[in-house]
Amino acid sequence: MKLVVAIIKPSRLEEVRQALNSLDVHGMTVTEVKGYGRQKGHSEIYRGTEYAVHFLPKLKVEIAVDDALADAVGAAIRDAAQTGRIGDGKIFILDLLAVTRIRTGETGASAL
Amino acid sequence: MTGFKTPLKIAGGVALASLLLALPALGQDAPAEEVVEAATGGEAAIQTQYILNSFLMLFGGILVFWMAAGFAMLEAGFVRTKNVSMQLLKNVTMYSLACLAYYVIGYMIMYPGDAWMVDGIIGAIGIAVLEPVGLAAEAADLTYATVSSDFFFQVMFCATAASIVSGTVAERIKLLPFLIFVAVLTALVYPIQASWKWGGGFLDQMGFLDFAGSTVVHSVGGWAALAGAIILGARKGKYNPDGTVRAIPGSNMPLAVLGMFILWMGWYGFNGASQLAMGTVGDIADVGRVMANTNAGAIGGALAAAALSALIYKKVDLTFVINGALAGLVSVTAEPLTPGLGTASLIGAVGGAIVVFSVPLLDRLKIDDVVGAIPVHLFAGIWGTIAVVFTNPDANIGVQLIAILTVGVFVFGISLVVWGILKAIMGLRPSAEDEDLGLDVAEVGVEAYPEFK
Repeated sequence: MKLVVAIIKPSRLEEVRQALNSLDVHGMTVTEVKGYGRQKGHSEIYRGTEYAVHFLPKLKVEIAVDDALADAVGAAIRDAAQTGRIGDGKIFILDLLAVTRIRTGETGASAL
Repeated sequence: MTGFKTPLKIAGGVALASLLLALPALGQDAPAEEVVEAATGGEAAIQTQYILNSFLMLFGGILVFWMAAGFAMLEAGFVRTKNVSMQLLKNVTMYSLACLAYYVIGYMIMYPGDAWMVDGIIGAIGIAVLEPVGLAAEAADLTYATVSSDFFFQVMFCATAASIVSGTVAERIKLLPFLIFVAVLTALVYPIQASWKWGGGFLDQMGFLDFAGSTVVHSVGGWAALAGAIILGARKGKYNPDGTVRAIPGSNMPLAVLGMFILWMGWYGFNGASQLAMGTVGDIADVGRVMANTNAGAIGGALAAAALSALIYKKVDLTFVINGALAGLVSVTAEPLTPGLGTASLIGAVGGAIVVFSVPLLDRLKIDDVVGAIPVHLFAGIWGTIAVVFTNPDANIGVQLIAILTVGVFVFGISLVVWGILKAIMGLRPSAEDEDLGLDVAEVGVEAYPEFK
């Protein structure tokens, strides 16, 4: 099993959700985060003083999937989240060791 | 009637006060009968009436000014956090610009007196001029009130009409084109149509009745807002290509409700001081009646909206209740004097109902009104103007409708043109990225909620 972690632009969330819907993905978790990569922040002026804003608002989307589905999910997220401009984000795929459905106690792939 | 002692004491006190205030005006040889008549006829002496009338408008003007805070808080609560500073900035700058425009052009267009350029249709050109410092009683025209109190009161109404527009077009309009539109609205559009009624123009001569401005103020703001929403387009992502509507919840309900209550409070001045007179027993009783009916309209609207929301959606939507109370206020604004408290509540209740039905209707027409200003000010404003005929025997439904139509065509038509020109010359919308980033960052440079959320 794999955990797909995607950092995306907040405005692309709905597109990503719809893309994953059509892939038989059963759920996801979304967190509001701030970060930067190559997209530098920008500078602001507050009451005559310039200051740098380094961190930009992004969304972190986490999806637990079967090994077989991981690449397809990654590709779907990329297509949906891409705007072509700097700051589109990144997708990480991590190994997932165990999954448990809390309500029923199921484990493994049937808990995904 | 619970007892005669207290009213009698008050009447005696007023009589004594009138007596004391009247003496200097009457001079040393005042015949005793004249003084007695001033006390028992229900009228204060002429100078006292002038002073009380002026005071009413000063007090009312302060309350209507306070509605600017109400609009600011209401709108701040209904938009997303990333756009709050921009919304607040629009409110402060728009208000300031409106007052400037009204001083420079608007006031004289609206109240030309005898100096109409086109009789009954276009007023005079000139800046507003107040009385000189230390007005002497002999130099004053004591038939009404001071020019300063009249200007102070009326400038607030002008700013209120403009303020209605900023809520509808929120979250996707650039500051500069918005302010240019406001300048045109407050310098020309509002004063010209207002002169037709309150300046003594042709609508007034036809017998059109609009006590405090359901048409003259609220529908004007509503028409301008509607035109803006149409030309501007909806917020990005509000209406999906498949026809579904995306809800974009407001960020701060406490501010929204605070704004509602502030507007409600300001309305006591908006309607109450529109009596424009406080120097007689009849006038002060009318002012009290107007204020009580104003409140009655608001509660009727709030309760109707709450009930309908529960019935239709199984949830009592707070934002509907907020809009409902305000729509109730707008509904009684055309005639807050003649109805009884029950009727005023019913008139307000219809306003509340209008809101609950018309908000989804606008969404179906893909007209994105962020705060519901069009249902509250335009639709309820039209209803309020019509409702005058139910309680005021001097009202004529034909005349009311002609006025609604005339003002509507004038304001909506010119607004479409101005918004259209601004769109063509400078564009109305920020870029798609800026709209995503939020206008606080894109245009204001000051985030309302800068810390890590």
